[in-house]
Amino acid sequence: MTALAERITGLVGALRAHGVRIGTGETVDAARALEALGLADRERLREGLAAALLHGPGQRAVFDPVFDLYFPRGVGGPDGAATDREALRDRLAQALAADDRALMAQLAAEAVDGLGGYGSSPGSDGWSAYQTLDRLRPQTLLARVQADVRGGEGSGGGFADRLLDDEIRRRIEAFRRMVGADARRRVAERRGPDEIARRGVVPTADRVDFLFANRDQLAELRRTVQPLARKLATRLAARRRRAARGTVDLRRTLRSSLSTGGVPMRPVLRRRRPVRPELVLLCDASGSVSGFSDFTMLLVQALHDQFSKVRVFAFVNRLDEVTGLLDHGRADPGGLGARIRAEATLTGWHGSSDYGVALGEFAERYGEAVGPRTTVFVLGDARTNMGDPNLAAVRDLARRARRVYWLNPEPRAQWGTGDSAAPAYAELAEMHECRTARQLGALIARLLPV
Amino acid sequence: MFTSVDDVSARLAETGYLASPAVATTVFLADRLGKPLLVEGPAGVGKTELAKAVAQVAGARLVRLQCYEGVDESRALYEWNHAKQLLRISAGRDESWDETRTDIFSEEFLLPRPLLTAIRGEEPTVLLIDETDKADVEMEGLLLEVLSDFQITVPELGTVTATRRPFVVLTSNAGRELSEALRRRCLFLHIGFPEEELERRIVRLKVPGLGAALTESVVRVVGALRAMDLRKAPSVAETVDWARTLLALGAGTLDETVVRDSLGVILKHQDDIQKAAAKLDLDAL
Ligand SMILES: Nc1ncnc2c1ncn2[C@@H]1O[C@H](COP(=O)(O)OP(=O)(O)OP(=O)(O)O)[C@@H](O)[C@H]1O
Ligand SMILES: [Mg+2]
Repeated sequence: MTALAERITGLVGALRAHGVRIGTGETVDAARALEALGLADRERLREGLAAALLHGPGQRAVFDPVFDLYFPRGVGGPDGAATDREALRDRLAQALAADDRALMAQLAAEAVDGLGGYGSSPGSDGWSAYQTLDRLRPQTLLARVQADVRGGEGSGGGFADRLLDDEIRRRIEAFRRMVGADARRRVAERRGPDEIARRGVVPTADRVDFLFANRDQLAELRRTVQPLARKLATRLAARRRRAARGTVDLRRTLRSSLSTGGVPMRPVLRRRRPVRPELVLLCDASGSVSGFSDFTMLLVQALHDQFSKVRVFAFVNRLDEVTGLLDHGRADPGGLGARIRAEATLTGWHGSSDYGVALGEFAERYGEAVGPRTTVFVLGDARTNMGDPNLAAVRDLARRARRVYWLNPEPRAQWGTGDSAAPAYAELAEMHECRTARQLGALIARLLPV
Repeated sequence: MFTSVDDVSARLAETGYLASPAVATTVFLADRLGKPLLVEGPAGVGKTELAKAVAQVAGARLVRLQCYEGVDESRALYEWNHAKQLLRISAGRDESWDETRTDIFSEEFLLPRPLLTAIRGEEPTVLLIDETDKADVEMEGLLLEVLSDFQITVPELGTVTATRRPFVVLTSNAGRELSEALRRRCLFLHIGFPEEELERRIVRLKVPGLGAALTESVVRVVGALRAMDLRKAPSVAETVDWARTLLALGAGTLDETVVRDSLGVILKHQDDIQKAAAKLDLDAL
């Protein structure tokens, strides 16, 4: 039982390293779950431990690969002769056509064993999912599997067959993930699960760097917009309630104390501002940071009823208002960025960002959008491509707005390197590092006016 | 209550609830560990139904607290029956106030609400706290107290402690983020959309008249719709509705016309219908 207890603590440690908050109570529950379920059925154990240790659905994406490392499917490679690539592809095609998940998992293990090892003798240095998939090329099986299914008797040949393409793609995607899991398992056998669980497991979507997120991760992130917005709305409401309780207005308290001979009898509470604040967003929509901008715009759109007015502007080297486009963004969040780049005028003579010109254009054309009730957020990496940063425009903005915040998706250490004008802008507007959705959520909860 | 995970699956199935491995395992553990079960997931995946099914197989009474904005102690815990108390006061004019007071704050004038009802019972009980996310934060504090010690204090009567802890199921649609403290008290179960195989079984069970080929097509199309990033993805409830509709229409197979004419049963938003029609290559609606 001590070996098992160690595995539980290892698992818990790795999850904590990924930001999952787990207390001792939950760890004890996990041990009791293990005792009640036993090791006989791995998938049940997985569900049981997840139930005891996790608190939300977003954590499942790190839990599953970490669980696979501490409670591996087996030890070593599959039994039997080394696998020939073509034979493997044949069998994989059949498994994909039949959607046989168990067989797919077994083939993934064989593939890693036969094609994934590297070093002087195969596997002596490690196992690579990338190499396995590169050699096996499962994606090239699509047409063949399609033909198999269509030709087979199982297919009704009816309407649903137009879905086949996507279904097979999803199966291939599942197979790729199985290969990834098995390669991690093999590496962990060599180097121990602790290290692999911390470094080899992709972080939850909200901790992925905006600047390095791939398409799937961005899509995953977009799915978190609504839940995140609801969470933030709850927090903003709490802050608003606190603010509404009122603070003592010293000046008015003293003034009213004149009637009681200068003795302040009744504290006068500052009444809260009755109108909701206004928000203006200036977003760099150039390729380098567009993932960050798009996500933030969607989030602000989802929060729009927290404000009396929200206006959103996008720029590359020209600037245009996109508030209207954002409204439609709700129906098709994935297409928002493309639509903005297609329908708004964001570039002039060239395609790279120019903060100076864009900020100048904002002051000139939309100056009236900013008043003493407006909080302005500038989103971007402050990389001006050597152009003039136009500090005067930001200074002017800061003077007219209630607050100006700048959210920068680059790590702080890179501010000011190369063509980054971040330090100069940071003197005029409060600049925050904002690399992940998690950071963004925390910043918004703190900085948004209520 | 249950002897094994298989026992959970088998007995839930008898009531018409087909549990995924995750559901069966977690229900088994909640019973074994004596912890409340927090069930989260999109609308219509069978969260409420699960609690009802558990009550049925356990031969337990089901006590349900339906949460909504503004639900408070007097709706969740207990309330004094003021009207009856007033009647009693005016009826007993001759006795001393002390006598009256002891009398009107007795069991007879108490209106127990779901939480108190569930805790007081002697018989096996399933307490369903439905749509917890709709209640306000204050309510969560109250739940936390009740679920920690399974006791409730009525100042005039004393403390009621559960002689037999109810099996507690809380459901949430994640409309509001529940507090960390409440989550820690519970085992967590996320019910998502079912695997194809399970969904086919659910359709077969609920709409037995539908042919096997059609059942399969229905589940495949619903699966494709869920992959589309719609405003509201169709849930199990919609799958079952759609299957019923197709049966009623007497459709033998799925074809373009049938799908186009019945898409409104599965999708609730006009933009979703349009988007799905485009992606499914349906002729213009
Ligand atoms: N696993 C299942 N087995 C049998 N029926 C199911 C299952 N899952 C869902 N259903 C069916 O789906 C319908 C919707 O379920 P239910 O009302 O419990 O959903 P819910 O998750 O509570 O949704 P909401 O969040 O809207 O309250 C039920 O009528 C039930 O028949
Ligand atoms: Mg319900």
